[in-house]
Amino acid sequence: MIKRGDSMLNQKEVNQLEKFATEIRLETLKEIKNLGFGHIGGAMSIVEALAVLYGKAMKINPKEPKWKDRDWLVVSKGHAGPAVYATLALKGYFPIEELMTLNKPKTNLPSHCDRNKTIGIDMTTGSLGQGMSTAIGIALGNRLDRRDSYTYLILGDGECDEGQVWEGALFAHHHKLDHLITFIDVNKKQLDGYTKDINDLGDIGQKFASFGWQAQDVNGADVAKIYEAIEKAKEIKEQPSVIILDTIKGQGIKFVEETMANHHMIFSAADHKAAEKCIIELENKLKEYLV
Amino acid sequence: MTIWLAKNNVKEDIEMRNIYCQTLIELARENEQIVVLDADLMSSMGMIPFLKEFPERTFNCGVQEANMIGIAAGLSATGKIPFAHTFATFATRRCYDQVFISGAYAKANVRIIGSDPGVTSAYNGGTHMPFEDMGIMRNIPEMTVLEPTDSVMLIDIIKQLAGLYGMFYVRLLRKNAIKIYEEGSTFEIGKAVKLKDGKDVTLIANGIMIAEALKAAEILDKKGVFVRVIDMFILKPIDKETIITCAKETGAIVTAENHNIINGLGSAVAEVLAENTPTPMERVGVKDLFGEVGPVDYLKERFELTANDIVRRVERVLKRK
Repeated sequence: MIKRGDSMLNQKEVNQLEKFATEIRLETLKEIKNLGFGHIGGAMSIVEALAVLYGKAMKINPKEPKWKDRDWLVVSKGHAGPAVYATLALKGYFPIEELMTLNKPKTNLPSHCDRNKTIGIDMTTGSLGQGMSTAIGIALGNRLDRRDSYTYLILGDGECDEGQVWEGALFAHHHKLDHLITFIDVNKKQLDGYTKDINDLGDIGQKFASFGWQAQDVNGADVAKIYEAIEKAKEIKEQPSVIILDTIKGQGIKFVEETMANHHMIFSAADHKAAEKCIIELENKLKEYLV
Repeated sequence: MTIWLAKNNVKEDIEMRNIYCQTLIELARENEQIVVLDADLMSSMGMIPFLKEFPERTFNCGVQEANMIGIAAGLSATGKIPFAHTFATFATRRCYDQVFISGAYAKANVRIIGSDPGVTSAYNGGTHMPFEDMGIMRNIPEMTVLEPTDSVMLIDIIKQLAGLYGMFYVRLLRKNAIKIYEEGSTFEIGKAVKLKDGKDVTLIANGIMIAEALKAAEILDKKGVFVRVIDMFILKPIDKETIITCAKETGAIVTAENHNIINGLGSAVAEVLAENTPTPMERVGVKDLFGEVGPVDYLKERFELTANDIVRRVERVLKRK
């Protein structure tokens, strides 16, 4: 039986996480708009998951990013870096102004997550599929040290084309990695189009379940449901968990959602205008939270 | 570095894999951070005693080389000191991107052990015969690439690697090596070893070609050609200083490797010579060919990896001096 009572957020907490998600979305948009191009689609679709992780679920200390007893996050879809950087900056890992250096020469914020460059990034990623294995290694290492740390992993749905994901799925179940909690960002699109048209993934949750994982499907824009799913995953013993996030590529940014080829966008003049409008809308939305 | 050379270069009684396993067990008893990974070749590698003593610290990943390397990198992020083994072909080309990105680019701390170098994969044949492993590993920035020559060097190198941080590729003969060093010898990673002095030409070799080089030197001695023999067990960072000194002092170089001459020891030495002191040189090694099945002695003949092949190259290079 799952104790659901403890896993529910109260309205105030929900508001806080929604506000945090809005802040992350706003800063991510500003980063990419400032640069004029970037992997905006897949960055936006994990914003709510990041808000829940860093806003509530994860045991972290921004003042001591390498705290040994922390929870870890491996963003295997490393191209979502800009959203992760926004989250880390908002949490105080580094100054928020640094976000404007995204992809500029000598920046600490490259397109893809790099643990040697960015304070707070736990693992270097970018070559898809590889975060699955490094996250497993981290979970195993912490288990050997008898730490109660959770390792969170975010995979893209397109990324699940990679065989390495399924090597890891097999291994993590065999080794009963109950402190590995994986999110699949099912935004239904990969670089070249819809996943169903390129290499149909079918029911990803069911596939993981057939590998012996505990699988849950949640609305990836609903912070309360994401949090509940994490708490439920923590109750599961001797089994890894996967949380399938039903998301929209470009989530929460209308003009990006409506662009078909939104894995990586080069902003046109019209896009810049639309982004400016979105920035104002998001800023206004934030003001509402203050009321 | 303290070197004691063996009086006789005979086949060792104990296999390299057993030495590897025993050394890791001793290290693991003292250092609880040491962990071992394999991809379904633990018994081939003689690692069952390690598994028995340290079951919690042994991860047999099954036939998952890519996953194994990523897991090793992840383990190292938490402070573990992983030694990950599989056959050299699979430890390198099968999971090159994982070694490159999760390992080297991420600045992980992993020792990758690739066994059955070159023709020593014998009856496993062409699919399992690595003639390119050192070359492709050498191309990864910050990677250390080496091949211990015998059991004495293996023990010393493994002990050193346990205390170093970075990405290491150790090409390892699994079975019996030819004894080159006496017990008590210690080595410096980055520093080649002079096995024999000579003034006419320098033979720079590694792996099983060291024994062939020593044999060739004996043959040439009788012909009045005095050959210097260098054990270049470290391919990267290569010992430039020794190469340059030998080139200047002997005026001719021959390399010998159980590997493709492209991007292996011959290439690495040629790079140093060309940029520092252009010197006539010849390369003994596999001439851009795929491996094939057969006993080691046949394969050495087939791929021109014998002492006689070295002698021929020496005679050729001497004409170019």
